[in-house]
Amino acid sequence: MAANTHTLDLPAVGRPGAIGMPTHHKLIFLGFLALALVAPYVLYPVFLMKVLCFALFACAFNLLLGFGGLLSFGHAAYFGSASYVSAHAAKVWGLTPELSILTGTLAAAVLGLAIGSLAIRRQGIYFAMVTLAFAQMVFFFSVQAPFTGGEDGIQSVPRGHLFGLISMAPDRNLYFFVLAVVFAGLLIIYRIIHSPFGQVLKAIRDNEPRSVSLGYRVDRYKLAVFVLSAALAGLAGATKAIVFQLASLTDVYWTMSGEVVLMTLLGGMGTVFGPIVGAAIIVAMQNYLATFGAWVTVIQGVIFVISVLLFREGIIGVLSKWLKKPL
Amino acid sequence: MFDLLGIPPQALFGQLLLGLINGSFYAMLSLGLAIIFGLLNIINFTHGAQYMMGAFVAWMLLNYLGIPYWGALILVPVIVGATGVVIERLLISRLYHLDHLYGLLLTFGLALIITGLFRNQYGISGLPYGMPSQLAGGQNLGFMFLPNYRGWVVLVSLVVCLGTWFVIEKTRLGAYLRAATENPTMVGAFGINVPRLITLTYGFGVALAAFAGVLAAPIYAVNPNMGADLIIVVFAVVVIGGMGSILGSIVTGFGLGLIEGLTRVFYPEGSAVVIFVIMAIVLLVKPAGLFGRAA
Repeated sequence: MAANTHTLDLPAVGRPGAIGMPTHHKLIFLGFLALALVAPYVLYPVFLMKVLCFALFACAFNLLLGFGGLLSFGHAAYFGSASYVSAHAAKVWGLTPELSILTGTLAAAVLGLAIGSLAIRRQGIYFAMVTLAFAQMVFFFSVQAPFTGGEDGIQSVPRGHLFGLISMAPDRNLYFFVLAVVFAGLLIIYRIIHSPFGQVLKAIRDNEPRSVSLGYRVDRYKLAVFVLSAALAGLAGATKAIVFQLASLTDVYWTMSGEVVLMTLLGGMGTVFGPIVGAAIIVAMQNYLATFGAWVTVIQGVIFVISVLLFREGIIGVLSKWLKKPL
Repeated sequence: MFDLLGIPPQALFGQLLLGLINGSFYAMLSLGLAIIFGLLNIINFTHGAQYMMGAFVAWMLLNYLGIPYWGALILVPVIVGATGVVIERLLISRLYHLDHLYGLLLTFGLALIITGLFRNQYGISGLPYGMPSQLAGGQNLGFMFLPNYRGWVVLVSLVVCLGTWFVIEKTRLGAYLRAATENPTMVGAFGINVPRLITLTYGFGVALAAFAGVLAAPIYAVNPNMGADLIIVVFAVVVIGGMGSILGSIVTGFGLGLIEGLTRVFYPEGSAVVIFVIMAIVLLVKPAGLFGRAA
């Protein structure tokens, strides 16, 4: 069975057995933080928050693909449904932003548990098709459900007050909150990847039958990483809904699932920092090329084709090879 | 007139016919996907875009060259199939030594490019494509009114599906194809040009999608997004049926179309998701698919 012999160009994960974060990873995280703290004084904060949300979304997706070896083509379902639930919680139930985001994240985790437990029954290409089909089901549900607002979506969601105290209406206040959420999310993903759980995942990714023969309950590991990935994707989507004060059908449509695959592929599947770079590039491209309309779709398609044919390690993957250090 | 379960028979049979027509498209598209998957081991994500191209090329032939429907029915599969051959030779053939998932990603990218280009050129509002005059009108069958064109679509797709089944299961060419699916190295050793067989298979699968596109043109508006949503449903159909059997793909396609039609009569809100619900049930009960071989 070919699905068991993965030939995806994925790098090794960290130094097995090493304790703590390697110095160059620490430096990158600190550099990222320093850059992110200065950025809102240079660039438009809403644009930066969009980059942050998509960076988290792509890293959550990469947790599943790059480290679990599972290509989900329906991650928009978790991103989008969390965005709807968080918008609903903030607007209709009047919850504070942090509680709205938590509610959205929880909803995505539950959805991930439901879809994941069905999807892991198939492998490889079928897994991709099953996740895509279920995501489309979530999309159709969102079109018809009474609380999603159909084509209009949920608009003018209040940003509210953090912990009921600090107003999130000024862009910069919200920015630092979003940065904290996303940074925490990234650290959680980093921790998962480098935990013993992450090492088992990598073993399953590289050779499933051997992992089974070693006594690991492969399906449980797959489901666990699926739910984690869905929840973190949900965290990104829920935060995005508060930032843009909007949850809409775009967030659950299959094009969104495709975009997150593209971000991860471009940045580098199975690298720690690649998806962040990929997300920044794709979001910036959409932002600055927005006037070209459908050409953006064509350009995305071209990047897909070039990445698959010539550039499978992605930007950070190539960089990591040059530097001979896992990034 | 009598009522069936409180539903007037015109409505019931009307929806069943609609279901049968959707089923025809599911069957033709999932058949193409299954044939391509069998030999190339990739899922052709471009399939929906190629179906859309079929409808557009038919529209172009009519509006730019004055070639009517009947000519399009022959020419369009050849033209779009040829683009498929080029795509396979130039791009897809570079991926056979890699994981299957790269094929999915590549063809997804191609689908974005093709859809985006058509959207730039023709917008998203949709272009009308007239019905051939020979198939206008309809028949009154007593219990329902059957528009001629719809009957024609069901009939032709059945013929095409069964014809494909016959070629693959009963002819020498089909025997090569099945053998190459099982063991390409061995078939190559017997002096059969396997790479060419692969290229032609991809071209044929694409031609089948384009043919479905021509059939669809007079029913649905010709627009760049017509393939994208359809292909995801077809993926679900493929998961339900399993890609191991040609006849299985055909039966699953028509069957699910009918079930969808019935749902539209008895529970309209569920009609958009019924196929996905069935997929969930099949995954629970028989994960390999109804006609699939266990992995």
